[in-house]
Amino acid sequence: MKEINQLNLPENVGFTEDHEWSRKEGSAIRVGIDDYAQDQLGDVVFVELPQVGDTFAKGDAFGSVESVKAVSELFMPLGGEISAINKNLEESPELVNTSPYDEGWMIDVKPDDPGELDAMMTNDAYLEMLKGL
Amino acid sequence: MRYLPHTPEDIADMLAQVGVESLDALFTTIPKDCCCRLDMKLPRALTEWELNDHMDALAARTAVSPDYKVFMGAGSYDHFVPSAARHVLTRSEFVTSYTPYQPEISQGNLQAIYEYQTLASRLMGTEVATASHYDGSTALAEALLMAIRVTRKKRVAVSAADHPHHRRVVGTYFDPTGYEIVELPYLADGRTDLAALDSIEDLAAVAVQSPNFFGCIEDLQAAADAAHAKEALLVASFTEPLAFGLLKNPGSLGADIVCGEGQSLGLPRSFGGPGLGMLGSRMKFVRSLPGRLVGRTLDRDGRDGFVLTLSTREQHIRREKATSNICSNNSLCALTAAVYMAALGATGFRELAQLNRDKAEYLKNSLAQAGFDTPFSSPTFNEFVVRFPGDFDTVYRRLLDKKIVAGLPLAKYYPELSDCTLLCATETAGKHDLDNLVKEVRS
Repeated sequence: MKEINQLNLPENVGFTEDHEWSRKEGSAIRVGIDDYAQDQLGDVVFVELPQVGDTFAKGDAFGSVESVKAVSELFMPLGGEISAINKNLEESPELVNTSPYDEGWMIDVKPDDPGELDAMMTNDAYLEMLKGL
Repeated sequence: MRYLPHTPEDIADMLAQVGVESLDALFTTIPKDCCCRLDMKLPRALTEWELNDHMDALAARTAVSPDYKVFMGAGSYDHFVPSAARHVLTRSEFVTSYTPYQPEISQGNLQAIYEYQTLASRLMGTEVATASHYDGSTALAEALLMAIRVTRKKRVAVSAADHPHHRRVVGTYFDPTGYEIVELPYLADGRTDLAALDSIEDLAAVAVQSPNFFGCIEDLQAAADAAHAKEALLVASFTEPLAFGLLKNPGSLGADIVCGEGQSLGLPRSFGGPGLGMLGSRMKFVRSLPGRLVGRTLDRDGRDGFVLTLSTREQHIRREKATSNICSNNSLCALTAAVYMAALGATGFRELAQLNRDKAEYLKNSLAQAGFDTPFSSPTFNEFVVRFPGDFDTVYRRLLDKKIVAGLPLAKYYPELSDCTLLCATETAGKHDLDNLVKEVRS
């Protein structure tokens, strides 16, 4: 597993305590799990995603990610409606490991309140939180 | 792997290891008012020969083959069980209800389950089959819940010609869920009325049994087409898997999930159980399958090995999010079915199926010649419905006195078929027995 200072924590995304990242992508907010989460999980073998059109509140479980070690719930970093899902993960769940912030994205959300993105942790704040774990 | 009880020495050793004086001391954390300290109210101990007499007397109160000629199927079938099946299932290594979680000590058991899964998949025509469920009824309930998980819809249509007991179990499973069950009526020919689906929306699954409870062979291809037109899954169930020795299996006719009762495959009827719940599906639904799956893999030296696989669907890892909270399987029954299928082979299985069909057809024709009406015109396998007008109860009891069980009167399950009886003839019925039954019901 990676040391904390080896983690890839980009500046252009917001982080949550549940280790999801969020980023503005057109009119939607794109969501995935971050480098720390994928590294902790190990090889991802299956990602269960919601359907386009499903709506969730912030903090709701929207799916699950399964590695060879465990199954973990995925939690909404903000409330809204699912506008797209990454269908490539169906056949290539390992993208979550190899490219957590790009090809391994999970869902696009039409947010109820776009301001929720600004309230998320910056990479520096998230790094501080991880150091405290 | 053998499972042996602890000896008093074992227990003393273990208590010494953990530094506790007695078993009672070990369990002090259990509140006193939760402990039952009453003597068990048991009758006085019997000698072995007294106990044998007692069990014989109990057994004599039931009408079982071969002492009786049993023409009742209705979900549990009288078949000859080859000695090979009985022999293998009494091996002590297999006689356990424990789950072989640890592959390093359970290769024999895991391989046996794997072989069962392979044979079950081929029989049902599915890409994957589970390690087994309790019986046909729970397999059907699990299959319908699975269809709800896959389609994310909340309504299922179940044929009225599915086994009445299986439908009741499905009702029990569904009662607390809020999911809805719609009943599909049966047609004058004894088959399910698929046209009734037209008016039902938001369907997760269509459940059709074939041969159905009346013995009628359903048009599963048409059922699959009708289900798929509604973007629902076809759940094809069965109570007599031997039929697939002659008929196309459900998987090859478009069924998405196939489930049923495997008692016919070498299991004694045993006063109603245990049975064998068989369940399989398309591979693309494998993550929604309930229950255990054994897979074949390679160990670090490149040798074949067997392990429980895709376990993250299951209760011991996934807790309340598991695809099913039934963790146990019926491995010994599954093993028996595997031995039975392997002993018969594809050719033997087909021949036995033909024999069943021929016997039942002979009985059906003989009854027709004797003037009895068979109300349903659909083709049948080894059981069929016949109308016995008048006071058949008296005839039934008279035949029982002559050690003949003349089928299952349907009035209790289908009031509209009050003068109808479901008759079954398997390979265990000789020509003389069939002729005698016809003669007896005529007189």
